[in-house]
Amino acid sequence: MGKEKMRKKEFICIVCPNGCKLTAEVSEESGGSSVNVTGYSCKRGKEYGQTEAVHPVRSVTSTVRVTGGDHPLVPVKTVKEVPKEKIFECMEAIRALSVAAPVHIGQILIRNIAGTGIDLAATGNVKQVQ
Amino acid sequence: MKRIEAVIVGGGPAGMAAALSARQNGLENILILEREEELGGILNQCIHTGFGLHTFGEELTGPEYAARYVEKIEKEKIPFYTGTTVLEIQSEEQSKLKTVTAVNRIQGVFQLQADTVILAMGCRERPRGALNIPGFRPAGIYSAGTAQRLVNREGYLPGREIVILGSGDIGLIMARRMTLEGARVKAVAERLPHPGGLMRNVVQCLEDYDIPLKLNCTVAEIHGRERIEGVTLVQVDGENRPVPGTEEFISCDTLLLSVGLIPENELTAAMGAAMNEKTGGPMVSETLETSVPGVFACGNVLHVHELVDHVSREAEEAGRFAAEWVKKR
Amino acid sequence: MYDVLIIGAGVIGCAAARELSRYEAGICVVERCSDVCEGTSKANSGIVHAGYDAPTGSMKARMNVTGNEKMEELCRELDVSFQRIGSLVICMEEERIPELQKLYDRGIANGVKGLRLLNREETLELEPGLSEKVRGALYAPSAGILCPFELTVALAENAAANGAEFRLNTEVTDIVREHGGYIVRTNQGDLRTRMVVNAAGVYADVFHNMVSSDKIHITPRKGEYCLLDTEAGGLVRHTVFPLPEKKGKGILVTPTVHGNILLGPTAAPVEDREGVNTTKEGLEAVLHSAEQYVKELPVRKVITSFAGLRASEDGREFVLGEVKDAPGFFDAAGIESPGLSSVPAIGEFLAEMIQKRGGWRAKEKFESRRKGIRRFLELTPEEQQELLRENPAYGTIVCRCEKITEGEILEAIRRPLGATTLDGIKRRTRAGMGRCQGGFCSPRVMELLASELHRAQETITKCGGNSRMLAGHIRGTDSEKD
Repeated sequence: MGKEKMRKKEFICIVCPNGCKLTAEVSEESGGSSVNVTGYSCKRGKEYGQTEAVHPVRSVTSTVRVTGGDHPLVPVKTVKEVPKEKIFECMEAIRALSVAAPVHIGQILIRNIAGTGIDLAATGNVKQVQ
Repeated sequence: MKRIEAVIVGGGPAGMAAALSARQNGLENILILEREEELGGILNQCIHTGFGLHTFGEELTGPEYAARYVEKIEKEKIPFYTGTTVLEIQSEEQSKLKTVTAVNRIQGVFQLQADTVILAMGCRERPRGALNIPGFRPAGIYSAGTAQRLVNREGYLPGREIVILGSGDIGLIMARRMTLEGARVKAVAERLPHPGGLMRNVVQCLEDYDIPLKLNCTVAEIHGRERIEGVTLVQVDGENRPVPGTEEFISCDTLLLSVGLIPENELTAAMGAAMNEKTGGPMVSETLETSVPGVFACGNVLHVHELVDHVSREAEEAGRFAAEWVKKR
Repeated sequence: MYDVLIIGAGVIGCAAARELSRYEAGICVVERCSDVCEGTSKANSGIVHAGYDAPTGSMKARMNVTGNEKMEELCRELDVSFQRIGSLVICMEEERIPELQKLYDRGIANGVKGLRLLNREETLELEPGLSEKVRGALYAPSAGILCPFELTVALAENAAANGAEFRLNTEVTDIVREHGGYIVRTNQGDLRTRMVVNAAGVYADVFHNMVSSDKIHITPRKGEYCLLDTEAGGLVRHTVFPLPEKKGKGILVTPTVHGNILLGPTAAPVEDREGVNTTKEGLEAVLHSAEQYVKELPVRKVITSFAGLRASEDGREFVLGEVKDAPGFFDAAGIESPGLSSVPAIGEFLAEMIQKRGGWRAKEKFESRRKGIRRFLELTPEEQQELLRENPAYGTIVCRCEKITEGEILEAIRRPLGATTLDGIKRRTRAGMGRCQGGFCSPRVMELLASELHRAQETITKCGGNSRMLAGHIRGTDSEKD
């Protein structure tokens, strides 16, 4: 086996409060597809390390304006993480949106937000008021 | 006077889990008293993710975590009064019955007779006064939790240029939240040599947005007469004394305080329960019973928990112990 | 054209307005801030002194002793809580005991009743919270405590109910003499009046000097305070002063009428007439001094700190009465301690003098009584049910710490001279004054203010001017509402 060119990254895992210190070694030759992560203590941590090393993603949570509801806002989240560099674009889409009550928890409010392929869903209920 | 087997003070995560557990363990006659207009407590304003990994095996937002419990409460038909503030709990020595005095818009001031009471009032933030920061007393100084409520529930932005004192989790979460809403968070100052909140929050709330975390640093003075105009930050040494010459002025229109949480135990102390100086909560036995027989405590009113999942676990225990207490009588 | 224009809606201006409103005279109070009680009156000890401090024969001594005697009746009329808890001047060093005797003698000469010198045992028996090192004390049973906001608001409301006009947000910029009176120039236009009462606190010299060649000079003296949680409530039962030093009465420790403990004030002359900032040194001095004579000072129970400015005239005496070279211009200047104690006396003194000048008849229907905001939880069950039928909002607790209901907050806004700011609500109802200092209730209080005053929530302020609480709405829902 020839000596591979490796890029080493160290970061703290954010998937749970434990905050494990991860080390990721990315093989340059594989174009970033081969990542060796150490330091994790769960499966999700390992997955996080692999993604974070090559293409960090985050979930976005915010609120969307609601008309005709018992609350002026409904909380929302991206149903999966979106690429980190897309966060502010997601926020623009969220800011521009206004939905009519009622809104139900889990209801998809934006499909494919900011071209990420990820949907935006309500995380709370807003009742309609007459 | 209405007789209730278990009166639960607070309809947040602790109160709901305690009520459900008390029902599962055989208590029919339960009542939750919640001061806000809906169940869920502080979770309703915690719109970020990070809840429920232990309880539900998935990462939920605060409102989602709360909604799962609210659904169960409704399914179990456990009665609750919202908009209801408990004013006093008195325990009668002979009968061991508790009189709970509360107030709401419909009944006014009313009383209930309870076999057991489960305290689940949660905690509150330490205010500015506790820090005794010198300077003016302008508008624009908020605790992080108050800012969170304003932004997430009501949609109001407290300010546009923010300094945060204290690196508790709520402060870190709000740093990110306000950044996403267009505010500029200029610094998070932490008196201690390490952050107060979880490392994951330091990473995803501060580092992701290049917000500087200044350790060993505190606010020495507040500037601005009407609205806050800035703060002087200063380095502190190991004994918490300011280091001369390290003062730094940072202009801002808002100062958020995230300097710790204290269990909210006015009712508990007034009831005469023995208190634990260290945790700020009541002293409890292994069965989570306070020194007042038949009064149990769980969740952040007992001590401040790191995770809501832990609150739910503890509250389930309290519900079970309360049910056992009633059955033993 | 007003008969009397009063500059300043502090406790003195409001007391003068209230006493003058007994007569058929046109009274106007102008105040630069958005509410009454925004200056010196809002940050002081809230002590009604017995009257042994001021030099015998001085205006201060006379007003203090008379004011103290009249305070109970005034507070009864205005539904203001006043508690005659008594005060102790304590001596910590054997060699200073003679100073207590001097104070006692002066008190007797000033006409103070009930004074007693106590030995160490008697002192500790009366006030067990004191340090064992105490050597003796001067006990003045007639001293009392009240809430300065409550008194000022009550005087103002009562004056308004009797026809006095209040112009808030109105800053006097100049005073010009004209035939038969004065033109008072303000940022809201010119006002004409026959007579002027100058009750402008730390600015009283500025206005005095506009009309008189006999100049006066006021130095603002800063006093810093720390307020302790009601949990520390039993710390002392009387107002406790150390023996006075040259600078002032020293750092006192006193219960407040609301069950807190107040420590302070420091006494530092400052140049800035707006310099109500606390300082590290000041706050440390307050805690340090109090620690010297209180057995166990729970410094961790501090819920807030604040500073106020006393208007100290160079002669260290109240400047009360008509200015010699400015007929119809009456000073109430240099009103530092014992100013609050003197309020009933100063109000009457000024009103009597001014009435003689104006010659107005007494009103047939002067209403001397005023009712405060009803504290829902302190009412009888029957009264509570009645109030709840009137407005269910009395059943919702908004301020958890002080147990203030939505009904009380609405009442504070809807009253004549009602609250328009968060501080206004706080001073009228105590909502936001407890241990969380408004953390829980301020969002709801802002909402109530906005809806009652028909204003966007973003425009609500802490205390008027530029003290906005919010920067805007993140989703623009409010602009849509408009």
